[in-house]
Amino acid sequence: MDEIEKMLLLQVADLHKIPEGAYNIRKDGAGEGRRSTANIEIAERSDGNPGIDIIVKPGTKRESVHIPVVITRSGLQDTVYNDFYIGEDADVLIIAGCGIHNCGKQQSEHSGVHTFHIGRNARVRYVEKHYGEGDGNGENVMNPTTQILMEEGAQMEMETTQIKGIDSTERVTRAELKAGATLVIREKIYTHGKQFAKTDFSVDLNGDGSSADVVSRSVAAQTSYQEFISRINGNGRCKGHTECDAIIMDAARVTAVPELSANNVDAELIHEAAIGKIAGEQLLKLMTLGLSEQEAEEQIIKGFLS
Amino acid sequence: MLELQNVCFSVKNGGEEKIILNDVSLKIGERFVAITGPNGSGKSTLAKLIAGILTPTSGKILFDGEDVTQLSVTERARRGISFAFQQPVRFKGITVKDLVSLAAGKKIGMNEACSYLSEVGLCARDYIDREVDASLSGGELKRIEIATILARGTRFSVFDEPEAGIDLWSFQNLIAVFEKMYRKVQGSILIISHQERILNIADKIVVIAGGRVDREGAREEVLPHILGSSACRALTDKMEEANGRD
Ligand SMILES: Nc1ncnc2c1ncn2[C@@H]1O[C@H](COP(=O)(O)OP(=O)(O)O)[C@@H](O)[C@H]1O
Ligand SMILES: [Mg+2]
Repeated sequence: MDEIEKMLLLQVADLHKIPEGAYNIRKDGAGEGRRSTANIEIAERSDGNPGIDIIVKPGTKRESVHIPVVITRSGLQDTVYNDFYIGEDADVLIIAGCGIHNCGKQQSEHSGVHTFHIGRNARVRYVEKHYGEGDGNGENVMNPTTQILMEEGAQMEMETTQIKGIDSTERVTRAELKAGATLVIREKIYTHGKQFAKTDFSVDLNGDGSSADVVSRSVAAQTSYQEFISRINGNGRCKGHTECDAIIMDAARVTAVPELSANNVDAELIHEAAIGKIAGEQLLKLMTLGLSEQEAEEQIIKGFLS
Repeated sequence: MLELQNVCFSVKNGGEEKIILNDVSLKIGERFVAITGPNGSGKSTLAKLIAGILTPTSGKILFDGEDVTQLSVTERARRGISFAFQQPVRFKGITVKDLVSLAAGKKIGMNEACSYLSEVGLCARDYIDREVDASLSGGELKRIEIATILARGTRFSVFDEPEAGIDLWSFQNLIAVFEKMYRKVQGSILIISHQERILNIADKIVVIAGGRVDREGAREEVLPHILGSSACRALTDKMEEANGRD
């Protein structure tokens, strides 16, 4: 087992623990357990779609919500809609994870559509982990869509991680920010085999003093292919930064497509992209410490994605 | 004991052959050997040949009697050769503690990791969790590089201009590090340096010029020849330049 697989296993373990605070566990397309707390209500959706509404009372501080999804059946197609309503001045941690254990021969697919309504001056830290495992020839497909609607002064920090396991993914993130709102996104992706991963970020900085910082770090190995699209529209006095930092190995390919539109003279937008293989001197340095070339590579990737 | 036998190294430059090291033979068995010489004379190339980063065009390298000329960097490292780069490498996401642990070859405790950092004059608490990336200054990076060599504790260590990029104040500290290393060393330290203070603690000094061994011998014998010579003035200039930086 290599270092990267060990890291993956740790994340699997995290997902299977009974969480503290409010939670909703979804397994193979049905509810497995749910708990609301005094300040956080988790309820069935009223529009009949599968999924839940998560309502956080204004002023709720330092509470957490866990919403893991686990798929163990081969051939399952699951689409779920979750809406988060975060009250004014609240400060919460939301952990979403999706694991597919696909040991069969059919494609398993999970599509989560998450919508965040973040109230004035509320803070959300949102952590999303995706993993897939399977020893059959089934395909694990995950297509998460995240919509983020931020009121004045709202803050959101979103961390998404996808390491190996997922064969195909198209992740779409849309955000609209009002005055003084701040959005930070950190994405980590590792693809191998003939996997495909596409990320598509689009952020509208509508209010004065709003800002967005989107950073993607990724590793593409073997014959996998990644596409990174980041679009920022600066419609007010705002600051936007996007960065794509990718390591390519073997015959993998990565495309980074930035699109910055400044529609206001006070919009400041920056895009950075760096794609390349592991620097030879990094490998050499670790080899002078006694690591083999392969061990050196693993350590460099593990650090890069940590 | 490390031995170079008639080592040559050349590169092809658009059909034209450029000789960088020409028939270098050296025995390094003393506790502390300093290599000095003008810029571009081939010192770093020599260090890289010893570490296995480069392979000689001809000639042999023996380590404790074994011919290691064809061994890889990893194999030489595992046999007990350490190498501190002139320009240390940066890594995104790898912390100082990770790097020191990798150097030690095992998971090490906080105390042990910190002790190596303290030895090179870094306040361990401030650095242990920092990433070895662009956020570190050149001087900090050089000291961390030296700490990784201390953590390895091998029989043979090569340092390529450890003083470059280290400010004058820290330089005193660095000298103390090498003086201490000299007392504790269980094998040989080979240090490429332009610093008189470092040359002063060497048992043996080797002067490289134009890809050849220009002079070699005990410190008392070699030092008077290079101090005050034009070569040395060039070295002093370089040293001031290095100290002015960073
Ligand atoms: N790969 C290379 N190709 C061409 N010239 C090189 C190469 N490596 C080193 N050199 C040249 O060899 C000489 C010796 O370099 P180096 O060993 O770095 O010198 P020093 O460390 O003594 O300053 C220099 O003139 C340098 O430019
Ligand atoms: Mg040099």
